[in-house]
Amino acid sequence: MAFDSLSAFLAMGGHGAYVWSAWGLTGLLLVGVVVHARAERRALLRDLRRRTRREQRHGASGAAATPVLHQEGHARES
Amino acid sequence: MWAFIHKLGSPKWFYGISARLQPWFWVAATVLIVVGSAWGLAFAPADYQQGNSFRIIYVHVPAAFLAQSIFVSMAVAGFIFMVWKIKIADMAAAMMAPLGAAMTFVALFSGAVWGMPTWGTWWMWDARLTSMLILLFLYFGVIALRGAFSSRDSASRAASVLAMVGVINIPIIKYSVDWWYTLHQPATFSVTSRPAMPVEMWAPLLIMVLGFYCFFIALTLMRIRSEILRRESSKRWVRELAGGVS
Repeated sequence: MAFDSLSAFLAMGGHGAYVWSAWGLTGLLLVGVVVHARAERRALLRDLRRRTRREQRHGASGAAATPVLHQEGHARES
Repeated sequence: MWAFIHKLGSPKWFYGISARLQPWFWVAATVLIVVGSAWGLAFAPADYQQGNSFRIIYVHVPAAFLAQSIFVSMAVAGFIFMVWKIKIADMAAAMMAPLGAAMTFVALFSGAVWGMPTWGTWWMWDARLTSMLILLFLYFGVIALRGAFSSRDSASRAASVLAMVGVINIPIIKYSVDWWYTLHQPATFSVTSRPAMPVEMWAPLLIMVLGFYCFFIALTLMRIRSEILRRESSKRWVRELAGGVS
């Protein structure tokens, strides 16, 4: 351990503001891009599900019966 | 070999294989970054000249490595897309650009706050600093180009060309510290010689660099999978997936 106490660790020998702002921005951006990627994936899946459901409703009145039924089966399982 | 490349280029196959690879890269990235951070921040000895401000190196160098590697990856992916029309390559290039820009910004910002206590200035028009700023603008250019066309194919081709042309900046960044040695120090790591730092200082740096690379791979895999859902949303296998698996 290079420091004697928590306050010494935070002070970084007087360079605390420099060290922590550089580390802070890095951490913030790394967490930020992960949060963004997760939200992106969730939104896309939600959108896909909604579109599939809408097409199923349209499909029920006529054409393309087989794939629609197949997809409905999947939707019910989830 | 060719069969493998063709399989790799198939979105459906890639979607499956990346799902299996992804968790390993996330675990590796988390472990390496946590260990590297704790070691670099609390356990590595203070520098005899710079004191504790040198601990900025543990985010500065990995970010700068990624900033350049991502641009090269983007140029290679652009080339593959232009020559062989492999869609996954274009998706990869599109998905990694924002992380590259973020890492370039981290390298510039952490360099500035490291420069203040070390050189007594935030910024100087030193060759390394200037070429990194140009890299940031190249990233902005590539990202903006993708949004500037109504046809996806034109956007992809324009972005690929800019990435392939802009990659000239990478050797300039690399050798800038040797060609115009004004402010920034030469490379910390080299393949051919032993590091000038003691092992307790460079080991955490190596761990952080590896952790950042794993993070980049994990995030890119994750985002390519999202991009496949976006671009292939009319394909039947994607529809079936959306009905069941989350």
